[in-house]
Parts: sequence; C-alpha cells; structure tokens
Amino acid sequence: MATEQQSRPAPWMTRLDSIERLGRVTIDGIREFGYAAALFFESLYWLVLGRRWRQTVRMSSIVSEAMQIGIRALPIVSVLSLTIGIMLAIQGIYTLSLFGAESRVTLGIALSVTREFAPMITGILVAGRSGSALAARLGTMNINQEIDALQVMGINPVRFLVAPSLVAMMVMVPLLTFWADLVGLLGAGLYVSIDLGMSLGAYFDEVLNSTTVDDFAHGLGKSVIFAALITLVAVVNGATVTGGAEGVGRATTRSVVQAIAAILITDMLFVFIVTR
Amino acid sequence: MVEASVTKAKAKAKVIEVEHLDTYYGTRQILDDVSLGVEEGEILVIMGGSGSGKSTLLRYMLALERPQSGTINVLGRDLGSATRTEMYELRKRSGVAFQSGALFSSMTVGDNIMLPLREHTDLDETTMRIMARLKLEVVDLAGFEHLMPAELSGGMIKRAALARAVVMDPKLLFCDEPSAGLDPVVASAIDDLILRLRDALGMTVIVVTHELESAFKIADRIAVLDGGKILIVGTVDEVRACQDSRVQNLLNRRVEQEELDPEAYLHRLTSERRT
Repeated sequence: MATEQQSRPAPWMTRLDSIERLGRVTIDGIREFGYAAALFFESLYWLVLGRRWRQTVRMSSIVSEAMQIGIRALPIVSVLSLTIGIMLAIQGIYTLSLFGAESRVTLGIALSVTREFAPMITGILVAGRSGSALAARLGTMNINQEIDALQVMGINPVRFLVAPSLVAMMVMVPLLTFWADLVGLLGAGLYVSIDLGMSLGAYFDEVLNSTTVDDFAHGLGKSVIFAALITLVAVVNGATVTGGAEGVGRATTRSVVQAIAAILITDMLFVFIVTR
Repeated sequence: MVEASVTKAKAKAKVIEVEHLDTYYGTRQILDDVSLGVEEGEILVIMGGSGSGKSTLLRYMLALERPQSGTINVLGRDLGSATRTEMYELRKRSGVAFQSGALFSSMTVGDNIMLPLREHTDLDETTMRIMARLKLEVVDLAGFEHLMPAELSGGMIKRAALARAVVMDPKLLFCDEPSAGLDPVVASAIDDLILRLRDALGMTVIVVTHELESAFKIADRIAVLDGGKILIVGTVDEVRACQDSRVQNLLNRRVEQEELDPEAYLHRLTSERRT
C-alpha cells in the first residue's frame, strides 16, 4: 500500500504532464501545417521551374494520377450525387409542403447542390478514396526506403510524387464536382418530376433561372481548395510514417479523418467569408 | 620511378573523406568523431554490430542527412555546403543498393532499372531498354524485366537493386547489407557479383555489413565501428591481427558482457526511466 502511494505521481506532476502533452501536440500541429505549406510551394516550384533543373513534372504521371482520382471515381460519385439529389428533393418537398410552397423546391435544390452538396460530397469521397490511397502509398514507400532511393538517385520526391498528385487532384476534383452538380440536379429533377408532375425540361429551365454562374463558381472554387487540402494532408501523413505496416494503417486513417475535418472547417470559413 | 609514384598517387586519391563527424539522434550521440577515407577503386567494408552506427554513417555519406558537425567530402564536393546542382551531379555519379532493395513496387523490374536513365538522360526508349537488359544480364536476371518486384525472391530483389544502382555506370557504389537475410549460397553469389561489378565497371564500392564472411571475402579494407567510434581501418589481415578486445569480440562473435554489481542491477530493473 505504501509502495503504491510512493509510485503514484504527485498531482502537480500530472498537470505538468498534461501541459507538456498539449504543448507537444500544438508544436506537432504547427510543424505539420508548415510542412504542408512548404510541400505546396515546392510542388509549384517544380511545376514552374522543374525544366531548368532537368526535373520536369511528367505529364504521364499527372495523367495516370488523374485517371485514378477522377475517371475511376466517376461511378461512385454519380451514385452518391444522384442519391443526394433525390434525398434533397424529398426533404425539400416535405419541408415546403408544410407552408404549401412545394413549387419553390427547385430553387432550394439548385442552390444547395451547386453551392454545398456537390463539392462537399465529392471532397469527402475523394478524401476517403484517393487521399487514403496516396497516404498509404507514400507511407509504404517511406518504410521500404523507396523515398530514400529516389533521393539518392537525384530524383526529387516532391517533384516525382507530390506535384503530379497535387495537379491531378486540383484538376479532377473540380471536374468531378461539376459532374456531381449535373447528376445531383438530375436526381432531384427525376424525383420532382415524378412527385410534382413537373417535366424535366421545365425543371431544368427553372434551375437555370434560379442559379447564376457565381453559384457554380462558388462550389467549384471550394473544390479546388478541398483538392489541395486532401493531397497535402495525405502527403504529410504518408511522409511521416514510422512503425512499419501498423504505422501505415494509422497514417491512412489519420489522413482520411484530418482531410474530412479540414474540408468541413474550410467549407464553413469559405462560406462565411464569401457570403459576408 | 615517376610512373610508379604517379600510380601510387592515383591509388591514394580519396573519393570520400569523412572528418570528425559527430551525429545525434535527438540528444543521443550516434557517431562520435568519425574520420574515414575511401580510396578510388577500392572496396571498403564498414563493419559493426547492430546499433554501432554503420547505417547512420552510410546515410550521412549518401547526404540523406546533413552533418551537424564535421565534414564529408564526396567526389570533391563538401556535402555540408554543396548546392542543389552539385548534389544533383553527385547523385548521378553514385549508385545505391539498399538493404531492402527499395525497388518501386508499382513498376516492373525493367522500369525500376530504367528509371535513372529516364530521369537523367535523353536516350530513346529502345536504347534504355537495351541498357537495362545489359545490367540485368550482369546480375543474372536476364528475362525478368517484365516481372513486378513482389514476384521476385529476396536474392533476386538484391540483384535487381544492384542492377539499378549501376545502370548509370557510377563512380561510386554504396551497398547496404547486400547479403543480409540471404542463404549462404545466394549471399556468396552476391559477394561475387559485387567483386565482378567493381572489376568490370572500375567503381569504388562502399559496403555496410555485419556479415563477417562476406566482409573478409570482398573487402580491400575494413573499417570497424563500435558504439559510434571507428576502432580500426585496415586490410583484412590488419583487422584480423588487431588486438583491441572489441574488434576481437566482433570477429569471434562474442557478446561483451557489462559487469554490474547486484545493487545497480536491481536498481536498473526497478527504476522507472522516462525516455
């Protein structure tokens, strides 16, 4: 009993430990943020000046990444956007029917899909699908010394691995978002036409009347930021993997959670700034 | 006479010079005042037990880490102050075969070997393919270029990694534990391959290993590291004849037992250490 009491740390020591842990987490967070920013600018540097150092960012790598991120994600993006569109239509009609204003549902759907749901669902999906894959790939390369191998071969890893993914992501996520806009609106339109007896032509006419280019640009602009966030979060987590296969698993999970959190927080800040 | 002195001077030309290198991992010192020279055309084996600092020394020589104190000069360039262009040129002139092979798992063996050529030369695809096949022939892997690294055995991965390391005909070849984890026959074949590559391509080879048999077979000189310090640098015979107990322990595979008094031992077992 006496030994137990002796081995228990004093309360002030526990408090110090907590403060130390908090300090460490804060410093790590700031370090990771700085690393992500450095990666972003270094990628831009290689894109613009790579040729000067005979280190061009290869188009073939960008295309192959774009295929993986964009084209292969089309079926799942289509299914989810169609579902979201239908869901919005159901909820919209139900809510507006309380005021007898079902006919105004198109305005709500058009603005919600283009400004919010399409970029957000695409971002979350790409974070789960391609962001996790990128973190796992880089993490595995890291523990297999493949990143070291690139460096000693005189191949800059940021130019070779990060820049193509960043470009592909920043091109494909907005394109996927635009596709999600169209499919989401179509899904909602199908439901509206069945439920309210409105023709698809009339529905799309109304959608076009109630939206402006700004609404689409708002969603697409956000999606470019989401794309950069997903890539950088995945790269930071993948590149700092330690602890073998288990470490790769941890980094992949962490990458998805952080990317989704970053998307939602950025979304809120973006909307706040743009709509003020 | 003049010819002889010129030959001697050439033989003594240093391609790598490490001087007073101290390195730290956090606050823990890994290398302690390491000085080492590698002569042109020789095979220098850096030998030591686990945790002796040999892999750390290799990472510093490969410029994967920047020296905190001391200098490392590789092919006439100081790694601490080399510019990006200088490092780029330096890396084109050296090849590295990593312990795990570090072949890119998403590429075929052929693409792995062609990668340095693709990145650093303007050769056309056919020439690059022929050059890759040539190197695969040298390492007895002809016909395996279409396979993925996951389809190769441990020994084949090491050989493919060697082929990739020498595809640019480098002046310097670094091998990290080339025969570790392989059966004796394959390990011996890898040793023969390193000797053959040095003779055929005339490169300087730095091998990091803890395998005694392999070290004695291939080394022109051996540097023995223990606890981050260089104990001896000399020929195989000089190392064998070295009277230092730590060198003899390593050569005779003896574990150096730390003598502790029972009190201190008990204290070590029961005290809580914070790392």
